[in-house]
Amino acid sequence: MSQTKEAFAKATALDTEIAVSTRNICKNYGAVEALKNLSLDFPRGQLTSLLGPSGCGKTTLLKIIAGLLEPTSGEVEVNGRLVTGPGPNRAFVFQDFALLPWASVMRNVAFGLELRGVAKSEREAIAERYIREVGLAGFEKSFPHELSGGMRQRVGLARALSVDAKVLLLDEPFSAVDEQTRRKFQEDMLNLVAHENKTFIFVTHSIEEAVFISDQIAILLPRPSRVSEIIRPTGFRNRDMGNIRRDPEYLDIVDQIWASLRSYVE
Amino acid sequence: MLSRPTLLKILSTLIVFGAWEIAGRIPVSYAFPTFIESMQALARMTFDGTLFTAYGETLKPLVIGILISTVLGISIGLAIGLSGWFDWLMSPIFIVMQAAPLAALIPLLVMAYGIGLTSKVFVVCIMAMPVIVLNTSSAVRNTPSSLKEMGRSFLGSDLEIITKIIIPSASPIIFSGLRLGVSAGFIGAILSELKITPTGVGDIITYSRSIADYPSMYAAIFSIILLAVLFLNLLETIENILFEGNNRGYVSD
Repeated sequence: MSQTKEAFAKATALDTEIAVSTRNICKNYGAVEALKNLSLDFPRGQLTSLLGPSGCGKTTLLKIIAGLLEPTSGEVEVNGRLVTGPGPNRAFVFQDFALLPWASVMRNVAFGLELRGVAKSEREAIAERYIREVGLAGFEKSFPHELSGGMRQRVGLARALSVDAKVLLLDEPFSAVDEQTRRKFQEDMLNLVAHENKTFIFVTHSIEEAVFISDQIAILLPRPSRVSEIIRPTGFRNRDMGNIRRDPEYLDIVDQIWASLRSYVE
Repeated sequence: MLSRPTLLKILSTLIVFGAWEIAGRIPVSYAFPTFIESMQALARMTFDGTLFTAYGETLKPLVIGILISTVLGISIGLAIGLSGWFDWLMSPIFIVMQAAPLAALIPLLVMAYGIGLTSKVFVVCIMAMPVIVLNTSSAVRNTPSSLKEMGRSFLGSDLEIITKIIIPSASPIIFSGLRLGVSAGFIGAILSELKITPTGVGDIITYSRSIADYPSMYAAIFSIILLAVLFLNLLETIENILFEGNNRGYVSD
């Protein structure tokens, strides 16, 4: 039974079309090669993690996909279109939240829409829906300094969701929140991937986090950064969330990734 | 019942004025009047209109100079903070301007612009502008880069990023520069009236000193300090209205 399911999941994972693809990306900072000849595909509607030791260029790659950084050579395609800068099809969630400290939760969540020129009443209606969706109803008038770290990142997430981009780029979004909040976030992420028809690209340095939430894990190795392995956890993806961390496949993948990364961690 | 901060303010005012009164009564110097004498002189000058005509003179270079310094200073500061090229071009001028001893420059200004309003406006600007420019530029330069990236990634135009992210984020430091600039401008206005031509409040100070009418002299000095304090409070109110969120996060009465 579990084997058929596994085979089926594998097949769907590979059949889905590609939402984002990077081809031969190189990025040099002066003489330092941050990324070298990196090619990677991100399937539509799934969550792909970029995992690797610090300094392996995961965030650089994410910012190139976002259009915030320009690659030295190579190209990024989102839905078949070449990326030349930030675009409406991508939204970014920042590691340090990047909230406006002088603006209320409502204005912060609606800020992406505000920059796109959406009228005030309309953007506040949309923002209100997403504030509710991330579980911050009642905090619309609060200011970022009145919220906990986890709640601040929910604001950042709501802002990214409200612009309705098809691709969500998350740069270590949960690294600045505490362990318990992080676990809750990870479960919420799984629900989000299941219910929103979006492609998620997720940078993390936590092996457990990557295996827990990803449909596809790209392991990057540093100096210069390259994709060393792509892992697609399949067996436990459709099971109950509470049992994932006990699943033998989950534990095996965590061990396997650690085995291949440990020599790169000083 | 008055709140605690208000009570403390009243108490500290009373202590200062009380000390002044006692020092005047000892007296520490023949040239040092008591608080009450000075206030009497202040009331007299207010009611016979001397003070108003004097401030009519003094406020002209002060207000013009501060307006020029504010508008020009913030614009130049923004340009310096945003562009490395402007930084290279303009920063040294303002650093030199801030370091230069103003009193030594006044003869030069008088030679170039005469003894009229222009020279006095210049003095106010030289005092007020550098600190406004330097504060603005460093605040703009220190805008958190993730906020700017956020603006770009959500498709803000350059203008929107400046007006909706960089300026509000820099505003607390811009305003603290304005406060310093305005108080320096007051110094400049009085200095120009003492050093260039005695007009307005500077004239009251110089004249009453020369006829040994010390209460009037101290009353004039007291009034200009009072005006400066009121002006700074007004500035704070303007800041709170313009950038509502700035007074959040720290304790204030």
